[in-house]
Amino acid sequence: MSMQHALFDTVGPKARRRVAIVTVISLVAIAGLFALAYYQFYASGQLAPSKWRELLQPSTMRYLARALGNTGLAALGAAAIGLPLGLLLAVGRLSHHAWFRWPATAVIEAFRAVPVLLIIYIFMFALPQYGINPDVYWKLVIPIGLCAAATLAEVFRAGVLALPRGQGEAAAAVGMTGPQAFRLVIFPQALRVVVPALVAQAVIVVKDTAFGYVVSYSELMQSGRVLVANTGDLIQTYLVITVIYVIVNIIISRLAQRLDSVLARKRAGGGRRFTALIPGRSAIQ
Amino acid sequence: MQIILTEYLGTLLRGLGTTAVLTVIAFVASVAGGLLMATFRISPIPPLRAAGAVYVEIFRNVPLVSLLIVVVYGLPEINLNPGFVPGVIIAMTLVGTAFACETFRTGINAIGAGQIEAARSIGLTFGGIVRELILPQATRTVIGPTVTLFIGIMLSSSLATVVGVRDLTGTVSYINNKEALGITTFLVAAVLYAAISLGAAAFGARMETRLRVLR
Repeated sequence: MSMQHALFDTVGPKARRRVAIVTVISLVAIAGLFALAYYQFYASGQLAPSKWRELLQPSTMRYLARALGNTGLAALGAAAIGLPLGLLLAVGRLSHHAWFRWPATAVIEAFRAVPVLLIIYIFMFALPQYGINPDVYWKLVIPIGLCAAATLAEVFRAGVLALPRGQGEAAAAVGMTGPQAFRLVIFPQALRVVVPALVAQAVIVVKDTAFGYVVSYSELMQSGRVLVANTGDLIQTYLVITVIYVIVNIIISRLAQRLDSVLARKRAGGGRRFTALIPGRSAIQ
Repeated sequence: MQIILTEYLGTLLRGLGTTAVLTVIAFVASVAGGLLMATFRISPIPPLRAAGAVYVEIFRNVPLVSLLIVVVYGLPEINLNPGFVPGVIIAMTLVGTAFACETFRTGINAIGAGQIEAARSIGLTFGGIVRELILPQATRTVIGPTVTLFIGIMLSSSLATVVGVRDLTGTVSYINNKEALGITTFLVAAVLYAAISLGAAAFGARMETRLRVLR
């Protein structure tokens, strides 16, 4: 029985009337909010067609499409750093050898406890003082990749820890060494558990690429700034860009949910859904 | 290192103070907003449930940078000028509320339908169930996730720097502009952020074991 059904079942006439009244009040309140927003846009002249015309030009759309492509390139670059490094860190943290476990733990905790923006600033302002001055793409992608690696390491580790202990013990019983057991038995199963969570993490990576605005890498946000400098249609441009981000991320989230329900059916014993177990500390920015 | 601790100690502490103020206000507001939004999402009122779902879907998926720019630079264009610090807090809270709502909803869903049926069978109303049954238990199960939320909001406060508010990140970047001390200046901020994050995580872990509900 689901929570929704437990909380309220078919309501009687009195409750039905109350629900109807509150429904009407809340509809009025929601409509009021939209009306207020519309009025603010209207009264300040921001709804004027001239303020939106530039955004609807095919050339602007092509420009934004290219910017979205660059956002994708930055996200892919960060994933290419974050996935292998995250896996390495997870293996390190799960290791029985303190010499691997402690450094891996320290790196994971450090990068999970520090804002991405601070690391981007280190790449922008501190490292050039030592003659390390990569292209803006890398100044954006490496910090995002490092922070993603720390989060992904925890996702991988949670996946491994979610497996029954018997899996590792059975592998040992048939004579596999520790690394063999991990490679052939533990990891393939853990991967199947965490794939949806890994896909869900892509949302965070895409969000982080908006820091292109800070490093001047021409992804969506930075391209928006360039557009605004040319057209002056500030709120229109940034609203459109914000909506693009939301749509892209909703598509990724839906994909993760879909994968989760498909894989959950294939997992032994039905398997529990994993998306909820994502350690979400860095999700907010 | 020395010059940071002598000449810039006051500046650094002011930056840390700004980070603390942004974090605490946005966190408290997000928790309040999250509770309201979670109540919307489990309420029997269809438009409120839909509004809650749409709100969460939008603000969980929006990058804070772009929202921040819309709030701080965009709203003045429609005659609403929140100012810089309030603007940062508003943007952080809008996003924080969505994550808080999902945190609390997960906590509520963990309670189990049986208890709610039991409460209803002894005649508790919907408000009574929320007050007497859901909130006391959910607050405990969500301690861990709430600490995660706090750390996330604290880390997100660094974005204030993007609109020129001098929080901890903005402060070290300012000190770096004046002194060019290499990575040291930034490591000071990193250590402070890490200390708050790990401190909060340790506090959360302790509260969790102390208040845990065994099921």
